[in-house]
Amino acid sequence: MPEAGLEAPVVVHLPRSLVALFPGCERVMRVDGRTVLEIVKALDARVPGLANRVLDAGPVIRTHINVFVAGERATVHTPVAPGAEVYVVPAVSGG
Amino acid sequence: MSEQRVLVMVGTPKGAFILEGDDARDAWQIRGPLCEGWPIRDISADADGALYAAAGSPWFGPAVFRSDDLGTTWSHSSEGLTYGDDGPPVKAVWSVRAGLDGIYAGVEPAGLFRSTDRGQTWTHVRGLTEHPSRPEWVAGNGGLILHTIVPHPSDRARMWVGISSVGVFETRDGGATWHTRNAGVRAEFNPENRFPEYGLCVHKLAIAAGSGDRLFQQNHCGVYRSDDGGGTWLDLTPNGLPGDFGFAAGAHPRNPDAFWTIPLTEPEDGRMMHGGAAAVWRTTDAGATWSREAAGLPQEHAYVGVLREAMAVDHLDPAGVYFGTTTGQLYASADEGVTWRRIWDNLPPIWSVEAVIVA
Repeated sequence: MPEAGLEAPVVVHLPRSLVALFPGCERVMRVDGRTVLEIVKALDARVPGLANRVLDAGPVIRTHINVFVAGERATVHTPVAPGAEVYVVPAVSGG
Repeated sequence: MSEQRVLVMVGTPKGAFILEGDDARDAWQIRGPLCEGWPIRDISADADGALYAAAGSPWFGPAVFRSDDLGTTWSHSSEGLTYGDDGPPVKAVWSVRAGLDGIYAGVEPAGLFRSTDRGQTWTHVRGLTEHPSRPEWVAGNGGLILHTIVPHPSDRARMWVGISSVGVFETRDGGATWHTRNAGVRAEFNPENRFPEYGLCVHKLAIAAGSGDRLFQQNHCGVYRSDDGGGTWLDLTPNGLPGDFGFAAGAHPRNPDAFWTIPLTEPEDGRMMHGGAAAVWRTTDAGATWSREAAGLPQEHAYVGVLREAMAVDHLDPAGVYFGTTTGQLYASADEGVTWRRIWDNLPPIWSVEAVIVA
């Protein structure tokens, strides 16, 4: 079992339309977290305001945003393994 | 030679656009789409020169954008723009306006938020949504939206808001408590009670020049004037307007008797210019009489609509008047609404128009 902080970071892929809102934000970010909610909060610590674009009241993932973990649609509670690839994608249902 | 420039700021479902002209209001250049192409419901300017845009993205939610360089670059925030994790999600910001004590944002579902740090963080003005009528608020066709914010010109404790389809509210204590201001306004869709205290479909409010007591209102059911801060409303529709329905409302910056509106056909008839002939209706006697102003506007097959935020008046002398259509045409008058010219075309559907003079 690796020590805390030494686990491989989660690799998060962000959509162009999201990073465009935050000057300097990169399309691929590496953060630590064990659930989708922790991942989003970790992103928000690096890019203040990003959580508000991905999460709605609840908190829940916004209706027309999809987050995929290991190829499956996730909720804020979905566990995320160290080193996993996470994709944040604008849903086609948004328009 | 004057150094004044006119910025006409246009909100659309595909971003904001800014047209810039000199004070002759003759030649225009356009920039856009701005705000990353987000749907923009309203744009306004603060006295410090900042521009604010009310936004709501189907993907990324509500936000207020701010520009400190007249629209070249924008930042955004929705920090605090929430009813909390247990409350209904805020879908979009519909209106943004500088008050005497901060920036105010009206949202869907209807509520009011205030920022005292130039839009970086927001605080819910709870007194409004704690009004006893709140459980009975009903959405209009556009949703349950707080679409109009009218700060009092000199008293920071006073403000009016318009909510569809609930009506007008006023606070006189800085937002702690709110009072309905709908006496005399018709609700033709409510045959059991044509003059209810609330449940009225205000479409737009405009405050007249002067001390702050005179308001004009374009409602789903007519055009009204109040001379007592919204306490009572006088129906101006029978004085020559072609019908009840319309959205736009513009008040003169110096003459409290001058007001413009754009009557449209009833919803069942398409919310379009009457007879397919575009016209702005103007009063210069506080609504006692109206004149139909159509010079320069298309008079045949102009089946266009004009939405609630899509008329603006600038502060030059003579005042310029502007309106945008649901089919992407932008019209301007440099002579107080008497003659008109199409100054841009092929924009997305125009949701909002605002004009500001900059040095």
